[in-house]
Amino acid sequence: MTDTTTAKIERPRSQWRDVWDQFRHHKGAMVALMLLGLIACFVFIGPLIWQIDPNFIESDAVKMIRMRNQGPSWAHPLGTDQLGRDILSRIMFGGKISLAVATVAMLVAIFIGTTVGVLAGYFRRVDGLLMRLTDMFLALPLLPLLLVMMFLFRDAAASVLGPSLGTFLLIVLAIGVTSWMHAARIVRGEVLALKEREFVLAARSIGTPSLRIILRHILPNVLSPVLVAATLGIASAIITESVLSFLGLGFPPDFPTWGRLLFDGVDAMRTYPDRVVWPGVAISLTVLCVNYIGDGLRDALDPRVRGR
Amino acid sequence: MLDATTAPLVEVKNLKMYFPIHSGLLRRHTGDVKAVDDVSFHIMPGETLGLVGESGCGKSTVGRAILRLYEPTSGSVRIDGDEIPALAPEALRKKRPTMQMVFQDPQASLNPRMTVADIIGEPLEEHTTLSRDQKLARIYELMDQVGLNRAFANRYPYAFSGGQRQRIGIARALALNPKFIVCDEPIAALDVSIQAQVVNLLEDLQDRLGLTYLFISHDLSMVRHIADRVAVMYLGQIAEISPRDALYTNPLHPYAEALLSAVPEADPSGAQKQRIILKGDVPSPANPPKGCNFCTRCPKVMPVCREVEPKLTEVAQGRQVACHLISPL
Repeated sequence: MTDTTTAKIERPRSQWRDVWDQFRHHKGAMVALMLLGLIACFVFIGPLIWQIDPNFIESDAVKMIRMRNQGPSWAHPLGTDQLGRDILSRIMFGGKISLAVATVAMLVAIFIGTTVGVLAGYFRRVDGLLMRLTDMFLALPLLPLLLVMMFLFRDAAASVLGPSLGTFLLIVLAIGVTSWMHAARIVRGEVLALKEREFVLAARSIGTPSLRIILRHILPNVLSPVLVAATLGIASAIITESVLSFLGLGFPPDFPTWGRLLFDGVDAMRTYPDRVVWPGVAISLTVLCVNYIGDGLRDALDPRVRGR
Repeated sequence: MLDATTAPLVEVKNLKMYFPIHSGLLRRHTGDVKAVDDVSFHIMPGETLGLVGESGCGKSTVGRAILRLYEPTSGSVRIDGDEIPALAPEALRKKRPTMQMVFQDPQASLNPRMTVADIIGEPLEEHTTLSRDQKLARIYELMDQVGLNRAFANRYPYAFSGGQRQRIGIARALALNPKFIVCDEPIAALDVSIQAQVVNLLEDLQDRLGLTYLFISHDLSMVRHIADRVAVMYLGQIAEISPRDALYTNPLHPYAEALLSAVPEADPSGAQKQRIILKGDVPSPANPPKGCNFCTRCPKVMPVCREVEPKLTEVAQGRQVACHLISPL
């Protein structure tokens, strides 16, 4: 046999380097990544530069009325709203919350969905039970359910964790718990097909335990549909949060989010269309960026595409 | 090789593998697909047993049930002294390194998202505590053994041809120094030119590492090339087990005879062999005929065949046949 001491042992390259190399070749994804980076900077670093309090209202009534509904100016680049608050700083502040809610809610939903899907697909014994649970959640009218959840638990969560963190966690959990079903169904279908493939059988003949078969062989192969579900999940989480805020059961009214700004602007849409346009553009741009990044990531993670 | 004093490495007795059929509104158990029905054989250390038969006769199922990739319905499988169907999960896991498998479709048996090094290294990951460098050294050693360029370690399975993929599969099976390898139609999905390479590689490895093979195939000429003894299967049962040369010169069971008469001659101008053309289709394994499984298609069928099931009995030195035509020794 070969003398392995003299032969130079060359380390295989890290897989993630390959992934990054391929990701860089996806122009759309790179543009989207930079754009999302800009949005994140705008939202998280912006408030440090543009230091107007988003909830500042003139206490003097006359001044306040004069401040209302201003157009763009150097003092207020995007104008002011019906209470004289600076719209630019409201969009910055709202974006912070919207992005955080969307990301965390998406992670919760994908985590629950993937777990349920993999378990149902891989272990036949729990398949029926878990999928009926999924069907049950799909059949529930979600908006009333969300409203009831918020109504029942908002005060309790707020008293334990403080008003802002409590509401945040409650909203994130509520959105996550009511939007994992599609991911679960997609993942279960993929897993059912995958576990009959010979490489899973080969892993079993090696003696790999189920948990590691799932982590090493099943999960990497269901990544593409999960990524697609995740990018769509971010979009729907932003929308759901704004619906909740609109119905008065989301964040408190003095807490601007993109969805809330949008709905606040709807009343005055005819006179001040820009008040709807700015938060709308922010939401659409974020969703678009996330979709492109997901697309690029999916390509980069597939070795067959990566080879080209 | 067929030394009577050594104990067989693999001993299969009355192996049955039934897949239940559930039907009706209540999904009641209404029958079984008898994929493997009462199969017994043994394999000596260092020997190659060829397992032939037509599609759907249960060859692959035998291979998988022996390695307990399926849970056998009943029967005993002893590999290297351990009763495989009775092992507890952890003991079975510890036993896995001695018995490995090479799969039919090299495309499907390699995870498309793992590099060659990861695929070959997976058994090492599971069963050894080597350091990363030692593991890599072992992976390169295995790649040398099966004739793969070391520079390929970093590539993904899609980048390889069928023959190279099969070599990766063989390297993975060899990683833990197994004693017994089930080759489940390892050449069926390959080009003819590549088939010879892979079979020669398997023979080479057998000589060097003292491996024992169960070689499942429907390619009779390849089996003739590699096997020491051959078992012919029909509809979940073994029709005949004979030493290779005896079987190919003088098949005893009518099914083995028909099967061998279908092998194309290398020189068709030579003495024309009488082809035995079987009529009809293989009966469903869910509802096999009464008596001999082969009685519906046998050219030499007798009334007793439709009534009494023939048992596999020894009719000559090392030859076992299940047929009423052949009188026992």
